[in-house]
Amino acid sequence: MSTLKLAAALILAATAATAASGAVETPMLGKPISLADLAPWDLSIGPDGVGLPAGKGSAREGKQVFIDKCAACHGLEGQGQPADRLVGGQGTLTSDAPVKTVGSYWPYPTTLFDFVRRAMPLNEPQTLTSDETYAVSAFILAANGIIKPGDVMNAKTLPKVKMPNQGNFFIVYPGNLK
Amino acid sequence: MKKSGKAEAADLHEPAAANGLLHRRFFLAGGAGVGLAALSGAAKAEPLAVPEWTRKPGAWFSAYGQPSKYESKVGRGAIVEHNPLYESGPGSIRTPLQFLEGMITPNGLHFERSHNGIPDIDPEQHRLVIHGLVKRPLVFTMDDLARYPMTSRISFVECAGNSGALYAKDAAAGTAQTLHGLLSCAEWTGVSLALLLDEAGVDPKATWLLAEGADAASMSRSVPLAKAMDDAMVCLYQNGERIRPSNGYPLRLLVPGYQGNMNVKWLRRIKLTAGPTMTKDETSKYSLLLNEGKSAQFKFQLDAKAIITRPSPGYLLKQQGFYEISGLAWSGNGKVTKVEVTADGGKTWAQAALSDPVLSKALTRFRIPWHWTGQAAVLQARCTDDTGYTQPARDVLIAARGNRAAYHNNAISSWSVATGGEVKHVYA
Repeated sequence: MSTLKLAAALILAATAATAASGAVETPMLGKPISLADLAPWDLSIGPDGVGLPAGKGSAREGKQVFIDKCAACHGLEGQGQPADRLVGGQGTLTSDAPVKTVGSYWPYPTTLFDFVRRAMPLNEPQTLTSDETYAVSAFILAANGIIKPGDVMNAKTLPKVKMPNQGNFFIVYPGNLK
Repeated sequence: MKKSGKAEAADLHEPAAANGLLHRRFFLAGGAGVGLAALSGAAKAEPLAVPEWTRKPGAWFSAYGQPSKYESKVGRGAIVEHNPLYESGPGSIRTPLQFLEGMITPNGLHFERSHNGIPDIDPEQHRLVIHGLVKRPLVFTMDDLARYPMTSRISFVECAGNSGALYAKDAAAGTAQTLHGLLSCAEWTGVSLALLLDEAGVDPKATWLLAEGADAASMSRSVPLAKAMDDAMVCLYQNGERIRPSNGYPLRLLVPGYQGNMNVKWLRRIKLTAGPTMTKDETSKYSLLLNEGKSAQFKFQLDAKAIITRPSPGYLLKQQGFYEISGLAWSGNGKVTKVEVTADGGKTWAQAALSDPVLSKALTRFRIPWHWTGQAAVLQARCTDDTGYTQPARDVLIAARGNRAAYHNNAISSWSVATGGEVKHVYA
């Protein structure tokens, strides 16, 4: 049997199987793509840290990155204005003026890496290297007293950082909060 | 026993609630207008003139129509949350609800929220990729998607931060637009997400998906797979035309009834996952800080709410007499079944008429006739949906959640009408 005839026979068989199962025909216009070819878009990092890239950085290294790339919007100390405050606020969440920062509010350390890598700096997102992203994440965590200035953040250490407010989050779905 | 037509008509002429609220079918009862006409102090009209536009030919056609120049006040107002260091960046712009009628928001007035500007996307180069816990990772062009069987549904989109000002201790000065205008409704047309996921072959381990935009924030949200398979759509059209750049051109996710932020614009990637990704916009934002420092995460449904749009702040009632109270009601959990309106701050309520069509997870227009006697009034509306849920009074919501929650405020809101006819936002 020629290749062409074999292909035709396979299509006929597949069509018959579809008809037999009662499945509705769908267009199937999407093209298959390999994991390697979609990797440039696959940036998201969940709380387990799977997919974190190679590289590393500490708060000491991150300080200069922060000054160069972040401080214009977030302040030299991460105190905020015009953009979000990143540092401090611990102990304010039950007050009349809660200050929600990475240190006082954010439940997962991986979110920090994920967000900085995909969306920051605002004027030139996705320009930081992996080392710079680890380092600036470390700087923000250290400024909040969550890690030490010399602690090195990498694919192994970052997901293990315990965020102080994580235990205060609860998940509503699939229920509702009325 | 069914009442005779005359007896029923007599009932319709009785006040439906205190301070001038009339029965919602008042004008269906014959002869109803006589009493009101007598009260309206009919001054004689000016003689009629034949205007200039009747006596010369009008303008020629335009390729894309625009509103009348006399409607220039109808716009989306000032941009908020603007970062002064950059020309764009994160921000939002609100629908002028007080100037609109019916249930559909015109495309140029749909509210917008973006996290780093509006991208200028070439549809020829744009792609949607579906990957993660699937048998076959797939990439679609926009032309591919345009060949799929499409569905249309009319659905509201409401930002979870809409009406957030009502958590503040004092009633903010504001209008229906500035307080509640992160709310719009359109007919969305596109492809069922379930169909595309089926083609990719969902791994049984997948329970969530990540939806990501192609904007400069790569804005991303986790969506439960059950919701995606239920009624989510990948949309190409809004009110009949291709979605505009500011609302997600060329492709946006529609997740009916869920937080506006989850309706990811400029959609480029869907990754099936075993759990939520915990992105910035589902942890540090769009979660509700409650009492005792607890935070509610993944509260998705936008619960039932009603807003009176006319009259509302900015309106001046220049004379006593007849007014129609008109507004919008909706629920992210289903259909609106009842809207009640009060003119005395909640002491007595009357049921408003609902304008057809009344659709699940769509804005519903309600109306009720009102005879304003010139006395101070406090107007409120409250919505009940087909789950039996009725939106709460503001003090009830605050008692349950505290005043730090920021998001999902669906409390009853109040407009005061002063004896001089000014309308203001108040707490009542």
